[in-house]
Amino acid sequence: MIGPDIARKAIAAALKAGASYADVRMASEQGEAIAMKNGVVETLTSSANEGLGIRVIAEGAWGFAATNSTDNQEIEETARLAVRIARASARLGNEPVKLNEVEPARAVWKSDFKIDPFDVPLEEKVKLLKEVDRIVRRSPKVRVSMGRMVFMQEEKWFVSSEGAEIEQHRTESGGMLSATAVEGEEVQRRSYPSALDGYHALRGYETIEEMDLPRGAESASQEAVDLLTAPLCPSDERNLILDSSQMALQIHESCGHPIELDRVFGTERSYAGTSFLMPDKLHNFRYGSNMVNINADATLEGGLGSFGYDDEGVPAQRTDIVKEGIFSGYLSSRETAARLGLKSGGAMRAESWNYLPLIRMTNINLDPGDWTLEEMIADTKHGLYAASTKSWSIDDTRLNFQFATEAAWEIKDGSLGRLLRNTTYQGITPEFWGSCDAIGNKSSWKLWGIMNCGKGEPPQGMHVGHGTAPARFRKVKIGMIKED
Amino acid sequence: MFGQDELLSIAESALKFVEADQAEAIISVEQSALTRFAESVIHQNVAESNLHLTVRAVVGKQIGCATGNRVDAAGLRDVARRAGLLARSSQPNPAFSSLPSPLPITPAEAFSKATAASTPEERAGAVETMVATAKKARAIASGSLSVASGELAVASSLGIRAYQPWSHAEAVIIVADESDASGYGEWQGKDIADFSPRQAAETATQKCVASRGEKPIEPGEYTVVLEAPAVADLLSSLNWMGLGAMAYQEGRSFMCDQLGKKIAAEGISLYDDGHDPRLFPMAFDYEGIPKQKVMLIEHGIAKGVVYDSYSAGKEGKQSTGHALPPTGAYGPAPLNLCLAPGEATLEEMIASTERGLLVTRFHYTNSVSPRETILTGMTRDGTFLIERGKISRPVQKLRFTESILKTFQRTTMLSREVKLSMGCLVPALKASAFTFTS
Repeated sequence: MIGPDIARKAIAAALKAGASYADVRMASEQGEAIAMKNGVVETLTSSANEGLGIRVIAEGAWGFAATNSTDNQEIEETARLAVRIARASARLGNEPVKLNEVEPARAVWKSDFKIDPFDVPLEEKVKLLKEVDRIVRRSPKVRVSMGRMVFMQEEKWFVSSEGAEIEQHRTESGGMLSATAVEGEEVQRRSYPSALDGYHALRGYETIEEMDLPRGAESASQEAVDLLTAPLCPSDERNLILDSSQMALQIHESCGHPIELDRVFGTERSYAGTSFLMPDKLHNFRYGSNMVNINADATLEGGLGSFGYDDEGVPAQRTDIVKEGIFSGYLSSRETAARLGLKSGGAMRAESWNYLPLIRMTNINLDPGDWTLEEMIADTKHGLYAASTKSWSIDDTRLNFQFATEAAWEIKDGSLGRLLRNTTYQGITPEFWGSCDAIGNKSSWKLWGIMNCGKGEPPQGMHVGHGTAPARFRKVKIGMIKED
Repeated sequence: MFGQDELLSIAESALKFVEADQAEAIISVEQSALTRFAESVIHQNVAESNLHLTVRAVVGKQIGCATGNRVDAAGLRDVARRAGLLARSSQPNPAFSSLPSPLPITPAEAFSKATAASTPEERAGAVETMVATAKKARAIASGSLSVASGELAVASSLGIRAYQPWSHAEAVIIVADESDASGYGEWQGKDIADFSPRQAAETATQKCVASRGEKPIEPGEYTVVLEAPAVADLLSSLNWMGLGAMAYQEGRSFMCDQLGKKIAAEGISLYDDGHDPRLFPMAFDYEGIPKQKVMLIEHGIAKGVVYDSYSAGKEGKQSTGHALPPTGAYGPAPLNLCLAPGEATLEEMIASTERGLLVTRFHYTNSVSPRETILTGMTRDGTFLIERGKISRPVQKLRFTESILKTFQRTTMLSREVKLSMGCLVPALKASAFTFTS
């Protein structure tokens, strides 16, 4: 089914029905997911999914319709439905939709990989997860050992009435493990390489091999058991060092979402909310300390948020978001960028063919500093080193956040001390980033992949990237959970 | 619509292509549409037609699943082949005994012709009504109106043949003004004809107007009156903290070691009922097993958790009909949660409160410690201080960090009126000593 011919027919049908603009995304996706729990293959799924979505402007308003049908007549019907929906939208329109100019591209883009994950025998993958399980369950206190691998390939066409014809191919690979220890009423979990879906990249099976899951299994298992008897994180104000996986979550929630220009214009108010980073703050608001430099970069090799062209046909690019602590840029689309007189930042992405593209994160990255983690710890008199996300919550303007980590260690007089359980910390976004006084160097910088970024109605999941090193923040409020 | 005979016939065809000892085919067909508006303008307006075919193949004790969205012969054959291939490449699961055998199913009324026939023009008209209501109060409206209808069929080589058409409609509206005061209204049901856009908009507009001039308040412990959307948020979170047998069997559930013990106030009774017409009824689960009404907490006493055939087999029990699709790893879960009502009105709850907070809804809740049912989140779109039995002023949003079970232990009043919110049927609730942390 996949190919430009059918897309051209759909566009012709939409234009004939009265659309002034139309684009079509056709995609074919295949996936493989393996989950092993306590040595047993619990889920083993091969998935396939294909279809086409038509986005149109008619009478100055948007309409969208999608179908899994391969029948020409039904596809043309779907195009006409998109136009009918756009006309209904126009009943409650404001100004006619304006898109800024983009050169219609004719291109083929493929993500790079060394080992096709679908060529690796299932038996090999299961064998590795078995080995991981054996290590994780060395202690009888580990009640649940979990190992997971996920692979995905997508072939996608974008064709527009402006003349764009873009073919893109993506291959994603990733995995994780976790150990859940139980003793009495205490339940503690440690994950590797991170709790947020582990580690995923726009690469092949080499991602799994480089992750060294058996090595991670050893420490995750031990720390889960140690956490059972660890003291509760005290309520206090301390200097806080976050490991790079927790930094990925920190960037995601307190920087990645508030810079989405559709949120800023209020179009996500009814679901996820708005943003405190209104346009009057652009280039003159202190978001963080001088050392904080954040960018959005869809061109990073291997990043889950990388692509050749976004789902409006705009080329992938790098945009400064925070420069020396000053808020400097947004994630944007053709329509939202036009409202600010800017070029599109190329951040329109849809979960799949059946969803409308929205402004989504690409790879949102914190530039490395010049500290090693060891130097950061040695330089901290009274602090905490917290690792791996356990829980996250932030308000609808992305200011008031409270996050929890799976593990944390006290820092006393420059040395790591005892392990603490149920660690939480909270803050207000610009105050928190304003207190950043140390960022890890290049060698501790890692590009993480998050698989479950949620946004929109109907809700869409998105795969995004965050490159970051560990970082330190001064005088952070910790310990929101009290002992009974 | 395919209809019962055609959809089950397609599922049977898929089964014939599977090379395995046992097989199961699930087909979910869906037509959905959503009209979204913001700043009083329709800015996203979508429709989708799609289906999902899932085949589970069993070879000995080895299981494989495959999915696809084509049900022509080639599509069926491809999904069946992949499921069989994975099953043969997998490893035995010693705890697995068999796919379930059929049981008689009592049909549930889950379909609405009006919802299935809803048009883009009708949805735009409803949005116009909501926007006009907000405009009268010099405010703007944002929200969505969605409709979905479909069919679910399950067939297995052991003789299961289950079919149900269904519908689902939902509206959300937030009314906000230039001062950033906001109010919330919502509606859920299977029949779009029951939806009053004016009523939902008036609720949200009144909340917005009442929220004007909101000021901060010190965090700390407050008596709270939680309206239905806030209670539904707590229940939805509690669901994933251990109301299913998998979490219970793995020692992760808050129900572990608690069955038969008092874990909540006398007034708290929580159950799952797939046949209650006020929810989104489901006659059977994703294994085609009839849904049982399951008492989870009765008058404060922990009573049980829900099972699918796999988790039930581990304990030598019968499935309660709460299997989720086999591609996930959550285990069984209740999808039709009901918290039993009390005797009070919302007004009586407020009138009986010396000092407390009235919470319209929560935002971005997430569990901090599932075994202790500790949750954090923010209030949103209408939080008010109650003093000497009356709402005295609006307050700015607050963050809470609190145990759901402790809130249920400290529950002193429940409303007579129940509402459908987040797929749960819930009353409003009053509880003491609820902790706000910032």
